[in-house]
Amino acid sequence: MALAVKQKEKAWGKVLDAGLDETIKKLTPEKIEQVIKKALEKMGPGRLKTMVETCIHCGLCSEACHTYLSNDRDPTFAPVAKVKQTMWPILKNKGRVSPEFIRRAAEIAYTECNLCKRCSMYCPFGIDMAYIILSVRRICHLLGVTPLYLQDTAHSHAVTMNQMWVKQDDWIDTLQWQEEETRGEIKNPIIPINKEGADIMYSVIGPEPKFQAHLMGQAAVIMNVAGIDWTYPSFDGWDNSDMAMYSGDHEIMGRVKRAHFEAAMKLKVKKIVMGECGHAFRSIYDVGNRWLGLRMPPVPVIHAIQFYYELLREGRIKIKKKFDKPVTLHDPCNVIRGRGLHEMARYVTNALCEDFREMNPNKEYNFCCNAGGGVINCGPPWTKKRVISNRVKAEQMKATGAPIVITPCHNCHSGIEDVIKYYKLGMHTKFFSQIIVEVMEIPEKFKL
Amino acid sequence: MLEFLMSPAVYSFVRGPLVWIAFLVFIVGSAYRIYVMISTVKKEKLVLPYMSLRYSIRSILHWVIPFGSVNWRRHPVITIVTFLFHICLVFTPIFLLSHNILWHESWGISWWTLPESLADIMTLIVIFSCVFFFFRRIIASEVRFVTYPSDFLILAIAFLPFLTGFLAYHQWLLPHEAMVNLHILFGAIMLIAVPFSRIIHMIFGWFTRAYTGSEFGMVRHVRDY
Ligand code: HEM
Ligand code: HEM
Ligand code: SF4
Ligand code: SF4
Repeated sequence: MALAVKQKEKAWGKVLDAGLDETIKKLTPEKIEQVIKKALEKMGPGRLKTMVETCIHCGLCSEACHTYLSNDRDPTFAPVAKVKQTMWPILKNKGRVSPEFIRRAAEIAYTECNLCKRCSMYCPFGIDMAYIILSVRRICHLLGVTPLYLQDTAHSHAVTMNQMWVKQDDWIDTLQWQEEETRGEIKNPIIPINKEGADIMYSVIGPEPKFQAHLMGQAAVIMNVAGIDWTYPSFDGWDNSDMAMYSGDHEIMGRVKRAHFEAAMKLKVKKIVMGECGHAFRSIYDVGNRWLGLRMPPVPVIHAIQFYYELLREGRIKIKKKFDKPVTLHDPCNVIRGRGLHEMARYVTNALCEDFREMNPNKEYNFCCNAGGGVINCGPPWTKKRVISNRVKAEQMKATGAPIVITPCHNCHSGIEDVIKYYKLGMHTKFFSQIIVEVMEIPEKFKL
Repeated sequence: MLEFLMSPAVYSFVRGPLVWIAFLVFIVGSAYRIYVMISTVKKEKLVLPYMSLRYSIRSILHWVIPFGSVNWRRHPVITIVTFLFHICLVFTPIFLLSHNILWHESWGISWWTLPESLADIMTLIVIFSCVFFFFRRIIASEVRFVTYPSDFLILAIAFLPFLTGFLAYHQWLLPHEAMVNLHILFGAIMLIAVPFSRIIHMIFGWFTRAYTGSEFGMVRHVRDY
């Protein structure tokens, strides 16, 4: 039976998380074996086994990972090492592993890997570490061993169909409140609700109405000024986020994605535009749709970066005066390495800002923010570990000398803000939408 | 022991049935592994619809060309060693004069062969590359952490046919007959090991690369090299 690998004392000490520490107490090696066997059978272990058997243990993937580089090349953080400490023993022992092993495997899978797939670009065989680690998470989920905070968001998805326990009346209230707020910015704005046949359904992540409603107000300014025929649904499906995807709860993920697509279909819109969030895009474009048996999303979905790119190119929004502070751009894995929007992001940045400085490496080679993959959603107990494990991002940003980092993704936005604070970089993160609202020209008819 | 190794009985076994067994296990075993792999992956339903010939080829080409990918460029020493190692490992035995003579004798087929001095150098390249990999495994912490005894075994399986072939050719160390017999034994072990060990990467590697190349190229619209 495989035992957990002994851990050296780390700068963040031993992290306590009831979701992991308490839940393993109910497990026995027999139970674990039973669950894993069934899980592997259901998953169809073809890809998994092929990848594990192909890996020649050469370690060439190590330098791809920001956690490895940031922890002074601690070999336990290399991508292949994460698989070594999780999936290899699981497969080798046919699922018969100890509860302590599962505790450690869960810690690795949920808090040490962002599923960013950077390592797949560095492995000579293109081994998909993110898929392997996601499979480990699936197993941990089925065993009931998931970080507490992350599990809370998955519960919220299950109960309310959104990530933040937002009730329907709160949601509608927020839309109306933001419409009112927007009246302070432009003349006669509207936030259309349930407008059937609109061109666009705009969708946001649960945390926006909960904590960052001003972002919805800013989106409304952009939509109104650009003359977009758009709408929000008043009902479930407005939230495009999906933490169940990251906790390993495929069933809930499927329900949430279905609700999202169905909301767009009920409203008979031409396409969905999603706000500046990365994991939400992954969930509709890569993971969730496949779980539902859909090769591609059933309704065209575009990410905010592409949407702004189109608005700027077509001249539907004009720039009054470009943003004059130097900016740098963080490439969010899920829409850059996940969808190749890097050139559009640069077009938008250059259209909005005077002084754009590239990070290095960039585009699809960019380092992850270390918040993605649900890692930031594992909550405060893991924050210190998360920021320490992304020193390379801090160094990369500092080298640009820019005071502003554009982060067109919610997880990146919050994660990078944490990194900035911890390393005292004196920078700030901004969404594209915030800069657009600041620099765009307000046409006469909207002037107050 | 040595006498036994040199005996004609051993020679006729290794030169006869063993060679047959080795090639049969290698070919049938590998074909079977490919068949099982493709049929289990097919059942997953999430792989084949995302395969793209164009992006598979794009990805494979970037990775089989030395310095064709970012990571090859980041590790020039490893890149040079691994390309030399693999090229010599695969092509030396195929185009070796001695091997061609043997299959000409047995099966009546043969083809172009390498000049013997060049083959000798290629053999040495494999031998020294194995030594390099051995020390890298011990010294580099990220490799050591993921190293199992089986990794050294695989290295030995690659190393021994070349070492013994080299010693046989130069008639060093052991009497020629003994070394040739040993060589054939280790050569057979290597062929037999392919479908049963991670040496299967020589076959599966193309498929995993093609899959990642397809996902990155067709779905994600980015490079994977
Ligand atoms: C299993 C069937 C095999 C047979 C019957 C066989 C037989 C031979 C023989 C008779 C020689 C000539 C030795 C001499 O010149 O006296 C030789 C040389 C050699 N063999 Fe094999 N071999 C086999 C498999 C392999 C394999 C699988 C490899 C490597 C992957 C290999 C690599 C070599 C090399 C590199 C040499 C030449 C070394 C040099 O010229 O320096 N052989 N082999
Ligand atoms: C033509 C097919 C093959 C391809 C495309 C291939 C490809 C690769 C690649 C990409 C690596 C990783 C890079 C490195 O560590 O150097 C590797 C490593 C390795 N390959 Fe192959 N390989 C092939 C055939 C073989 C064969 C037939 C053997 C025989 C045993 C072999 C033995 C090894 C070993 C021992 C390593 C690991 C070196 C280490 O210890 O790090 N390969 N191969
Ligand atoms: S965080 Fe990214 S680079 Fe690191 S192991 Fe996970 S997928 Fe690979
Ligand atoms: S680079 Fe690929 S083959 Fe090498 S250790 Fe990493 S995952 Fe395995």
